[in-house]
Amino acid sequence: MRKIPAPSVNPENKPFFDAAGNGKLLLKFCNSCKRFHHYPRSLCPHCFSDKTEWREAKGTGTVYTYSVLKAVQDPYCIAYVTLEEGVTVLSNIVDCDFDRLNVGMKVKAVFKPSEGGAPVPMFAPA
Amino acid sequence: MTIKGKAYIVGAFEHPTRKAPDKSVAQLHAEMAKGALEDAGLARKDVDGYFCAGDAPGLGPMSMLDYMGLKVRYMESTDTGGSSYQVHVSHAAQAIAQGKCNVALVTLAGRPRSEGHRGTAPRVWNPNMPDAPFEEPYGLVTTNSYAMAARRHIHEYGTTSEQLAWVKVAASHHAQYNPNAMLKDVVTVKDVLASPMISDPLHRMDCCVVTDGGGAVILARPEVAKSLKRPKVKLIGAAEAFKGQAGGDINLTYTAAVVSGPRAFEEAGVTPADIDVALIYDSFTITVLILLEDLGFCRKGEGGKFVADGNLISGSGKLPFNTDGGGLCNNHPGNRGGMTKIIEAVRQLRDEAHPKVQVKDCKLALAQGSGGQLGTRHVQSTLILERE
Repeated sequence: MRKIPAPSVNPENKPFFDAAGNGKLLLKFCNSCKRFHHYPRSLCPHCFSDKTEWREAKGTGTVYTYSVLKAVQDPYCIAYVTLEEGVTVLSNIVDCDFDRLNVGMKVKAVFKPSEGGAPVPMFAPA
Repeated sequence: MTIKGKAYIVGAFEHPTRKAPDKSVAQLHAEMAKGALEDAGLARKDVDGYFCAGDAPGLGPMSMLDYMGLKVRYMESTDTGGSSYQVHVSHAAQAIAQGKCNVALVTLAGRPRSEGHRGTAPRVWNPNMPDAPFEEPYGLVTTNSYAMAARRHIHEYGTTSEQLAWVKVAASHHAQYNPNAMLKDVVTVKDVLASPMISDPLHRMDCCVVTDGGGAVILARPEVAKSLKRPKVKLIGAAEAFKGQAGGDINLTYTAAVVSGPRAFEEAGVTPADIDVALIYDSFTITVLILLEDLGFCRKGEGGKFVADGNLISGSGKLPFNTDGGGLCNNHPGNRGGMTKIIEAVRQLRDEAHPKVQVKDCKLALAQGSGGQLGTRHVQSTLILERE
């Protein structure tokens, strides 16, 4: 199993990784333009309002695209997953036979420990 | 203010090395500068503008200005990765047009091959990058970033691995005539598909080479260009554009070249059909396929059909591309392939490419730079050059 590098937590993104430690996937929602965004910012990338708040995502989505990096000791699958909330997030597909992967497959959030750092959200077949 | 006709590329030099364990990076930059000056027939003292990107060691342009003993009145160190050099050419033309300098030098050099870089390892630029915590844990590297763009293109448009392979096949046909190319063997579609899978759907031969070396170009105002003996290569259009993850509104089927391309063509007053040779950033086969669509050489989704059956091979195909062998076979110095696209465009327009790949009566060339990653954030920069 590939060692998962710890995310560099900073004051702006800390709530996201704290929540991941409690098995919750957070997204930022803008109360001004009413849109979600990811990765999370204090200022909305869509309308630049500072009226953003954390909201818990349902944690379900579909695979937009993926690739299995094979030329390494422990192959792994990177993917963009489109969440039900409408945003597409970069992640890994885990707990899945690589032969089963396909664009459009339904996935759900799982949380995996990183090397000496915060757990990170990933996705497994739903 | 347009840059059309305001500056000429008067010097171009590609270092013959592809592996330089016995040279320093600063030394390589200086060798690039010297080579381009000799090509132009200019002296170091003529240079009054200097442009470099993050591959130049030191803080911005400072260490290299000091190392090379340059006395300039204009400098810039915009870094957009592999497209930096297209951006520099564009900005140098703007500076020349505004009277800020007369002769601008742009250098690129690097030693990733000697330093053991690989496209399957993460490249971390800065701990304060806001996106890094949401990418590093997932093992985002160069190859799988582009592979995700390839996968989606295949999904939406039915593009095939065989079609992608044709991009490499065409590059290899050109590289066989380049004595300095890192990979000189002609390969077939079958060879590409049989090469090891790196990050699916991209095979090893879908990926560019990792090489040491670099290059340089020199721009000058028209009066200077006319005083020199070299054939005249005029910049007639230039534009750059950025595309990112847009807050999670991801669409990997197109690039920022949908903006940079039309803007550059508009400034130049020409269309894709007018281009005699296209030098297209080829970090991966998919990069070329998507950029050809975005630049308007074919319709969106039809890149696979366009590149197939040797259509990019000089002499037989409709659109000769990367006639030096490109990044896929010849050279991708410092992991930054924009400079070599400009240099081969200049060779073609001067009628100085290898006779086997030289495009007959070559008047218009496009040199496309792509920096960053198609899977996350990138800057596209388009240059259109004309032989006068």
